[in-house]
Amino acid sequence: MARSTGKDAQALFHSLRSAYAATPTTLKIIDLYVGFAVFTALIQVVYMAIVGSFPFNSFLSGVLSCVGTAVLAVCLRIQVNKDNKEFKDLPPERAFADFVLCNLVLHLVIMNFLG
Amino acid sequence: MVPSYISRSVAGSYDNEAVAIFALIITFYLYIKTLNTGSLFYATLNAIAYFYMVCSWGGYTFIINLIPMHVLLCIVTGRYSSRLYIAYAPLVVLGTLLAALVPVVGFNAVMTSEHFASFLVFIILHVVALVYYIKGILSPKMFKVAVTLVVSVGLVVCCAVIAILVALVASSPTKGWSGRSLSLLDPTYASKYIPIIASVSEHQPPTWPSYFMDINVLAFLVPAGIIACFLPLSDASSFVVLYIVTSVYFSGVMVRLMLVFAPAACIMSGIALSQAFDVFTRSIKFQLLRILGFSEADAGDGSSANVVPENDAVKVDKSEETIKERPSRKNKKKEKEQMEKAQAEKTSAKSKTEKRLLVLPMELSVIGLLLLVFMGAFYVVHCVWAAAEAYSAPSIVLTSYTHEGLHVFDDFREAYAWLRHNTEVDDKVASWWDYGYQTTAMANRTVIVDNNTWNNTHIATVGTAMSSPEKAAWEIFNSLDVKYVLVVFGGLVGYPSDDINKFLWMVRIGGGVFPHIKEPDYLRDGQYRIDSQATPTMLNCLMYKLSYYRFVETDGKGFDRVRRTEIGKKYFKLTHFEEVFTTHHWMVRIYKLKPSKNRIRGKMKKSKSRTSTPSSKRSGSRKKNPWQ
Repeated sequence: MARSTGKDAQALFHSLRSAYAATPTTLKIIDLYVGFAVFTALIQVVYMAIVGSFPFNSFLSGVLSCVGTAVLAVCLRIQVNKDNKEFKDLPPERAFADFVLCNLVLHLVIMNFLG
Repeated sequence: MVPSYISRSVAGSYDNEAVAIFALIITFYLYIKTLNTGSLFYATLNAIAYFYMVCSWGGYTFIINLIPMHVLLCIVTGRYSSRLYIAYAPLVVLGTLLAALVPVVGFNAVMTSEHFASFLVFIILHVVALVYYIKGILSPKMFKVAVTLVVSVGLVVCCAVIAILVALVASSPTKGWSGRSLSLLDPTYASKYIPIIASVSEHQPPTWPSYFMDINVLAFLVPAGIIACFLPLSDASSFVVLYIVTSVYFSGVMVRLMLVFAPAACIMSGIALSQAFDVFTRSIKFQLLRILGFSEADAGDGSSANVVPENDAVKVDKSEETIKERPSRKNKKKEKEQMEKAQAEKTSAKSKTEKRLLVLPMELSVIGLLLLVFMGAFYVVHCVWAAAEAYSAPSIVLTSYTHEGLHVFDDFREAYAWLRHNTEVDDKVASWWDYGYQTTAMANRTVIVDNNTWNNTHIATVGTAMSSPEKAAWEIFNSLDVKYVLVVFGGLVGYPSDDINKFLWMVRIGGGVFPHIKEPDYLRDGQYRIDSQATPTMLNCLMYKLSYYRFVETDGKGFDRVRRTEIGKKYFKLTHFEEVFTTHHWMVRIYKLKPSKNRIRGKMKKSKSRTSTPSSKRSGSRKKNPWQ
């Protein structure tokens, strides 16, 4: 039972890898950015666990800014992805412009909240 | 035009809900728009509108719970799409940040249970999104393998996380929910634990007539609208159905929340009306097409066309012109008329879907149209009447219609003017909290408690003082540095919302904080009475004395017109207070605290700050009190 699940897991891994390699480079860049943002958020959480959460608003704004940019990047990826049928007629420039606008608002709020 | 909305806007008694309802509807509208278009721009606007909502009213928790509920509903019913993700995820992040910006909310945005639903659904949404993504790039067989693997591992992690979360939340006594939210979820909570919330008349459950009064004709259009929403069930229509169901429940708990229910009712009835007009006009057009095609000048048609009122004639003309155009365009025009009438905003998205052609006979549709128009006219008349009569009474000047004409009771302003001109600038006035704002504004004096009832203990102190005998009350007021006490008394003219009728709340709120005030002491056979059958505690308490002092001089018998009995204790003197002013109709009575005597009979404990030892002071003075 464990052996078959082990083999299955390996096969799964391989297929995931091959399927992912097929995605276009632009999307991979966005994925990298999302990964980086999540990683930064994790570091902040670990730091807070070590040092304590005294300026809580700073912690909150830091973590939420990372999570926010990750989410927005995912939205951008959804909108730019050519395989996505719902967004076929959305020009990628428009999607990027929306992304920039959203990020602007997000960072404005973050700056205000950092304290 | 819905009367319930007018009741809160500038035409009625203005409160922050007028702005808040607009913000609520804008937020919902933008959410639906984002859901429909999937554009990030609208998601940003949605978050900003949500921030506007948070700034204006505490009821924003309704949004932050309704939207996650809807997202969950969409996921569960299998309507997940990437637009849902775009609509919801930025809203949560930006919304939480923006809510945390508002000082009143602050860190509550992430710490109280009211917001946990949004975070939970956020996580669930991400999981679902990931699942769909992987499903998209894997073959079905591999996907099954992935599912089994993930489920077995993920379940363990999930249970651990949930256990931690539950332990965290359960450690606080109210499980993290604030009193306001708890009283909404459990309608009996407020009456058991927080009497002050229960005492506000707007927090009581509404009666059935008040539903009809507030939304009139819409009351039976709403169910029609709900059914109409189900016919093409889209994301947006499921959201509106959810909105109306939850708002009906909450408006059943508190009359004040009828306000939240009103826009939902408008939207629903707008949908119903538009569908109805749709059917009627389409069938008229269809029939006309058929009839005009077969016979040129049919007298029957001419007469029926003349009977129809103006806008129908316009419709008939339009139908002749637009025979070649698509039917959906004309229906949209009809809907626009109805939307302006019913103040709804977002039906065009739903009505664009295809409908089965439903054709009725000509006369039926004409009559139906006529009836609908008349119904609309009655609704307008009712709204205007309700706005004029019920909701825009300036409750400070009362009017009544006697056989001589309009009789005006201007007692409140008389009393406030007296206070303004005959007292020192820094004299403090104590009264029940209902009159706080009025006294501050019109009499320009400091009050002890006012309508912004944020300090329950303070109000309980005043309530205790009003329910105590004279000496104890004098001591409480003296410790608060009060100079004047104001009571509202309606017994002479029959004004029903005076302080004696509000007395039960004074006892309850006071008893909630100071346990020596016990409600059964004031009740005889479970009722508050002020006649000869009243309890001695009642007859000796300050409120009774201040209301009925010298009342027997008005008609010789002391007949209280509101309670409709003669009062119990008729001839008594006040020892610690003196009457300084009574208005023309005896509606407002002002008393001054007598300064303490120079020679003290017996020992009197010095009163420390009222918060430290109230109970001991009470018990100390109680022993020596000759009135009990």
